[in-house]
Amino acid sequence: MSTPDGTASGPLGPDRRAERAAARRARTLRHQGVALVSTLVVLGGLTLLVLTSPGWEVFKGSFFDAEVFSDSFPDILRAFWLDVRVFLIVELVVLVVGLVVALLRTIDAPALFPLRIVAIVYTDVFRGIPTILLVYMVGFGVPAIALGEAADGSRPLDWLPTEPVVLGGFALALSYSAYVAEVYRAGINSIHRGQRDAALAVGLTEGQALRHVIVPQAVRRIGPPLLNDFIALQKDVALIAIIGVTGEAFRQAQIETAATFNYTPLVAAAMLYLCITIPLARLLDHWELGGRAR
Amino acid sequence: MSRPVLEIRGVTKSFGELQVLHGIDLVVHEHEAVALIGASGSGKSTLLRCVDLLEEIDDGDIFLDGEVITDPAVEPVAVRRRLGLVFQAYNLFPHLNVIDNVLLGIVQGHEVPRERALAVARELLARFGMDGREQDLPDRLSGGQQQRVAIARAFATRPRAMLLDEVTSALDPELVGEVLAAVRDLKAEGVTMLLATHEMGFAREVADKVGFLHEGRLVEVGPPEQVLSDPAQPVTQRFLRRLLAARRM
Repeated sequence: MSTPDGTASGPLGPDRRAERAAARRARTLRHQGVALVSTLVVLGGLTLLVLTSPGWEVFKGSFFDAEVFSDSFPDILRAFWLDVRVFLIVELVVLVVGLVVALLRTIDAPALFPLRIVAIVYTDVFRGIPTILLVYMVGFGVPAIALGEAADGSRPLDWLPTEPVVLGGFALALSYSAYVAEVYRAGINSIHRGQRDAALAVGLTEGQALRHVIVPQAVRRIGPPLLNDFIALQKDVALIAIIGVTGEAFRQAQIETAATFNYTPLVAAAMLYLCITIPLARLLDHWELGGRAR
Repeated sequence: MSRPVLEIRGVTKSFGELQVLHGIDLVVHEHEAVALIGASGSGKSTLLRCVDLLEEIDDGDIFLDGEVITDPAVEPVAVRRRLGLVFQAYNLFPHLNVIDNVLLGIVQGHEVPRERALAVARELLARFGMDGREQDLPDRLSGGQQQRVAIARAFATRPRAMLLDEVTSALDPELVGEVLAAVRDLKAEGVTMLLATHEMGFAREVADKVGFLHEGRLVEVGPPEQVLSDPAQPVTQRFLRRLLAARRM
């Protein structure tokens, strides 16, 4: 209850503001205490469970051997640099090809009809094939075509690349461009029709409307799902090891594992992948939060 | 009477089964403001969108400065560059700031050199009370400010006619006045316009002619004092009576 001049009165006391602040502080403290205790109980319990299990010593020796780790880590780190380069190049290609495929599916100009069909078939097929199979098919298939001899002994297609790392990157780009094209397309379709109308009304052509109005807005909107695909791609770079790319981190870790009969090198490689993917994931969270605040 | 800028002749439009416009005939002369009134869904917006070639009409024809614009052979982009359309929901480009919203059509569509376009855009924004807000993104503006930017954007290329589609319907009541002032300003300059509106007082004030649309038919066209005060058609009378009753509540 309060009187018209604003001073508080009644049985609840004059200083309600201070009372509320004190109650809020107490609540915050209580919540923090509960969170701390439950964390200690859960994490401590799990740690205890693992550390006291009968197989722990064997597991630790096979996966977390400090000596094997320090011996193998420099080589794996060097190999990981190849992963990073492949990732960056493939990602750039994917961003461009994905956009082109998405635009082909979006623009309904009759002259582009055949390309639209190609784009639809491409996204359907390459999203449907396991990436690992694609890496095999390209990695072993393209050299077979390149090195195939005609009746006269010539090799008309010997200009095709046969480098495993190039073919592996190509296979990854094929697979991921199909995913990313769909991300772009979802973004383009999510832009309100009124934007296209407004762009046309100010005198832009359909192409200009896409370029200056629709695509810039779509790209802003699809940042988070795109980044999600980046993270997946970064991990899948390891797949190129299966077609004989040497000096790749996962392959290098496999070699070291075979030499030492110890799995610690694989853990070392995993840590390197995490060094890239965790910052990307945090960036993604940050981006999504920012998007919601806007 | 001055020469016609827009001539709408027997225009018919359906969306699937639903016929939205039934043989509309309407002429807008140079410097004239024609207001379209009618209930929601009566076809006002569709008619404006048809004139700007955002919708393809089924029958009839529309002429701009005596040239047919609804012929399939006519390039719609060139026609739209001669018209200015303002939307009910403003439809500003949210990723561009105020000045770039105005510039996009002038620079990309009309290929006016950026420097000259910038001068035009600045002057227009100032005229509609938006100076100092050039660098703001649309979501920093009130609805009334956004609509004034949208009007500047549509008018920046000096179109032959302005098409205003219920430009105050999405606004809070206290913001309606500032947008109407911008339209009044255009009218004072003698800009030819075709506007759909729910603001009867405003229609009476700026319009030279008022057309009442009912279920896709232009039931009655005439000077505002006649159509709004002494309508000949029973449906117009009913519409205005209902509107008046709603206002009194």
